[in-house]
Amino acid sequence: MERRVYTPHSNIRKPWVMVREMARDIRKGNDLAKRLTIRDTKALYRQSFLGLLWAFILPLANTLVWVFLNNSGIVSMGETDIPYPIYVFSGTMIWAIFMESMQAPIEKTTQNKSILAKVNFPREALIVAGIYQGLFNAGVKAIILIVAMAIMGYFSGWTLLLFPIGVISLVLAGTAIGLVLTPLGMLYTDISKAIPLVMQFLMYTTPVVYAIPKEGLSSQIVRHNPITPLIMTTRDWLTGMQPEFLNGFLWMNLIVVVLLAIMLVAYRLAMPILIERMNA
Amino acid sequence: MSKEVLVRVENVSKKFCRDLKTSLWYGVKDLTAELMGGRKGQSELRPKEFWAVKDVSFELRRGECLGLIGRNGAGKSTLLKMLNGLIKPDTGKITMDGRVGALIELGSGFNPILTGRENIYNNGSVLGISKKEIDKVIDEIIAFSEIEKFIDSPVAYYSSGMKVRLGFSVAVHMKPDVLILDEVLAVGDSGFKIKSFNKINEMMKNAAVIFVSHSMPNVAIISNKILLMEYGQMEFHGEDVSTGIDKYFDHFGGNDPKVEFDEFAQVEEVTVASSEKYINLEGMPAVDYQDDLKVGIRVKVDPTIDWFHVKVQLTDKDLKIVGIYDSFQFQEPIQNDTDIHQLEVVIPNCIFINGEYSVTIFIQQRDMILKKWNLLGLYRYWTKFRVKASDALGYVPAVVYLPGRIESIVK
Repeated sequence: MERRVYTPHSNIRKPWVMVREMARDIRKGNDLAKRLTIRDTKALYRQSFLGLLWAFILPLANTLVWVFLNNSGIVSMGETDIPYPIYVFSGTMIWAIFMESMQAPIEKTTQNKSILAKVNFPREALIVAGIYQGLFNAGVKAIILIVAMAIMGYFSGWTLLLFPIGVISLVLAGTAIGLVLTPLGMLYTDISKAIPLVMQFLMYTTPVVYAIPKEGLSSQIVRHNPITPLIMTTRDWLTGMQPEFLNGFLWMNLIVVVLLAIMLVAYRLAMPILIERMNA
Repeated sequence: MSKEVLVRVENVSKKFCRDLKTSLWYGVKDLTAELMGGRKGQSELRPKEFWAVKDVSFELRRGECLGLIGRNGAGKSTLLKMLNGLIKPDTGKITMDGRVGALIELGSGFNPILTGRENIYNNGSVLGISKKEIDKVIDEIIAFSEIEKFIDSPVAYYSSGMKVRLGFSVAVHMKPDVLILDEVLAVGDSGFKIKSFNKINEMMKNAAVIFVSHSMPNVAIISNKILLMEYGQMEFHGEDVSTGIDKYFDHFGGNDPKVEFDEFAQVEEVTVASSEKYINLEGMPAVDYQDDLKVGIRVKVDPTIDWFHVKVQLTDKDLKIVGIYDSFQFQEPIQNDTDIHQLEVVIPNCIFINGEYSVTIFIQQRDMILKKWNLLGLYRYWTKFRVKASDALGYVPAVVYLPGRIESIVK
């Protein structure tokens, strides 16, 4: 029979017990995560007339704005290797994938606050559900992107097969960063208030809507931004370009995997303390 | 028949913080300590903290049911949250064996847009029942909830009663070793209540149950052990359920004597005569089971009133009205012909159960034309007395012990 022991001591002091329990909970939580993903996705589209179309209406509107700004000469986006509309459309879509995944942990935890405070289920399931949902939404976006590019007469070739790897990296990276913010974000609302602001700043230091500047300080900033390799490589694979940041991309993936593992442990340890303090 | 211990709670305490800002800051500190691995027992209070649960210990075996009672804020829910593993104790140790099922909130994981059927799976997986297990019992769940007709409509269109029915039906179809029940017996209409009561009784046979309720009759029926909490501490713990319940009722001073109305009638004294057997007993008067209950009333009624009636209302410690005597039913009104009336109400054959009762006196007048009552005086909980029946019977979830006899009839 399964035994659970609760003491005030930090679980990290018995790492093997903790890892074993975590493995069990992630296995058990996977079923729940699938269930939650199906639930939320179904619910999302059932009450919507346009349904999946929303996944591209916003990025499309965004693209039109940027294309208009670029063409009118109000701002100059620099030289891009591919047609600018495709550059900005794919950029905003890929950025949206990252952004949604980053917000998922804090969002899922907040949404399920009341269940968290009343039912003991594997907490990891919420994070895994966030990853599944991120991948599902990304899949929808990817199909829209590829179809849209085909309509515009743009075909990229075999590197398209590598594109899913980029998408998965983005979703995992977003989740890991989101997880870093979650524990504090559950205590203080300041965190979720600051995220949109910081993200906006981050977006403009990442080559999403404009090409990387050739020189100067801004070029340095963009090149050292850790998100740049993820966004650029994913887009390069989508559009069939030679990925310029492949090394950075691989390094980032390594860091992301390690960070994700650490943060999953932290999330698990933090949950009882957060539940105690949050009002649910 | 000593079965295995499934729940072991040893000197468990938990502290809470009164102030939100401080609480959040302590949260950050605890978080850091937890992640650094430096967190261990904290038996000291920090500023603005108090013990929500202090030094609670008990054991529970399979087949036993612990009634957890206490006033609001006594620490019951905090204890449950620790037992369920939602929050960690600050001192002590909790060991739980087997599958833990907690019926604390019904319908967790419901999404209002999805249908009842889909939500059975959602709720189930949150409670730890796999899809396979649900596939096996889904027809049973739907049948139990009695909402076959609406099972494929979105839950948003359900009445609140239907939602809890569905949630309850899912929850009772898991097979826990340890069952935690928090005031969930009171769901649905009477028919469904009886059904859920029986279902829980059935589940209890194979589980260790912790039952939290403010309904003492339910506690008395279900539990065979009791834990009374007060200010986070254990005030009473043992197998003597009725003593625990008595002590619980002792906390309520809600039935303090109170003059609610005395415009036309002033009650000067109300007495209850002790039975001869208990005449020398200290404290409040005591009446022996099946003796006559004699209530003496000295009352002064306004001279403008010609006739009046007397109503005596008896209330138990739970503030439940257990009996009413109204002179209107038995005799003509009393004529108001003297300055002070010394009256005695005799209620023959007092068969109330063991316990404390308060006496409320109504002096009133019947308006025969308008067919209504005019209140002259109302003295609530004006005096108290105790009924002493056989101690061995203790608290029962009833108002009276019915007198009677049993005979063998030879056919």
